[in-house]
Amino acid sequence: MRLTQGAFSFLPDLTDAQIRSQIEYCLQNNWAVSIEYTDDPHPRNTYWEMFGNPMFDIRDAAGIMGELQSCRKTFPQHYIKVNAFDSSHGRESLRLSFIVNRPDKEPGFSLERREVGGRNLQYTTKSYAVDRPEGERY
Amino acid sequence: MITTDKLDLEAAFRDSQIGEVLDGLERELIGLAPVKSRIRDIAALLLVDKLRASLGLSAGAPSLHMSFTGNPGTGKTTVAMRMAQILHRLGYVRKGHLVSVTRDDLVGQYIGHTAPKTKEVLKRAMGGVLFIDEAYYLYRPENERDYGQEAIEILLQVMENQREDLVVIFAGYKDRMDTFFRSNPGMSSRVAHHIDFPDYTPAELHSISELMLEQMQYRLSPEADAVLLEYIERRIQQPHFANARSVRNALDRARLRQASRLFEKRGGLLSRQDLMTIEAADIRASRVFSGNT
Repeated sequence: MRLTQGAFSFLPDLTDAQIRSQIEYCLQNNWAVSIEYTDDPHPRNTYWEMFGNPMFDIRDAAGIMGELQSCRKTFPQHYIKVNAFDSSHGRESLRLSFIVNRPDKEPGFSLERREVGGRNLQYTTKSYAVDRPEGERY
Repeated sequence: MITTDKLDLEAAFRDSQIGEVLDGLERELIGLAPVKSRIRDIAALLLVDKLRASLGLSAGAPSLHMSFTGNPGTGKTTVAMRMAQILHRLGYVRKGHLVSVTRDDLVGQYIGHTAPKTKEVLKRAMGGVLFIDEAYYLYRPENERDYGQEAIEILLQVMENQREDLVVIFAGYKDRMDTFFRSNPGMSSRVAHHIDFPDYTPAELHSISELMLEQMQYRLSPEADAVLLEYIERRIQQPHFANARSVRNALDRARLRQASRLFEKRGGLLSRQDLMTIEAADIRASRVFSGNT
């Protein structure tokens, strides 16, 4: 099951040229771009690991593309996303985030039901991938 | 799409708006004839390459890494900034900003610190020009465990593989840069343009000072003008002379003296003229004229 989180996730995967122009757009708006990766794609997992430092003061997408290539090389079977942070007053939050790398096989999520208080049901989802320990999931 | 095989170099020149930058260079940089002619050469080459590319002739991106050598205050940083502009107008670099660094920004303090630091700087410089001032400090042969070598290796790799992404300019004193390049043959062969910045003559320094004063909106009284020329001639003889930088400092000190001179005789009213004019006495009070250097 294809993971749909962040911008563009219902589109076919972006090509490198498309990623580059998205990053170029972020830089034009003075957003700080960073790269994050994870192998726990649960939608509520907001704590992805950051690859390197957040990249401030960058003028051209080439630097970030280089960093992205080295992240892909290190974690070819992880989810990788590009974040753009807007530091302007009143915003101070992420403005854009999109996935740029995903594992070859995405097993998807299971739905678990739990009975509580009589016949009430609580639902939770869990990625099949997280049954195995961190680093061996994909 | 070009259909004829006659191309208009003049039109390409106009379109690139490179003329403005070159004229600005001519106007605002005094002297430096060899530097200007080399910049013209490079601009011409890039322009011709662009035309060649439009006809489908091979126009491999020329290596434009440079080395600027010269004494302090001869305008290396200023020219580097212009160079970034020119390369941007010609479409050689995408953004045309200048990132100016020294050894401290590239070399780390412990094992494993250098590579991320250097890469960080390179990332910032992508799409523009990386200006490494006093580049010879990167290489310290007296300490074999110095991390400078690591920074040099990363630089070399990027200079070679990402030529279209950034231009690196090394700057420093002539003799020490020569030693630097001799001990790093890999570096030397990747730097295509070695430009030497000559010292200024007193007359050139005088014109530079006029330009500076104009920018600061001051002017010299006629006597002060003569004294300034004399000042420059004397200052050149003294140790630690740093060309245009010394002149700038001298003018800054003259402004201080002018301010306190005006302050001394407060009570009277000052005209715009008074506020703008530097008198001969303001310059003559310099230690350069006191005889004992």
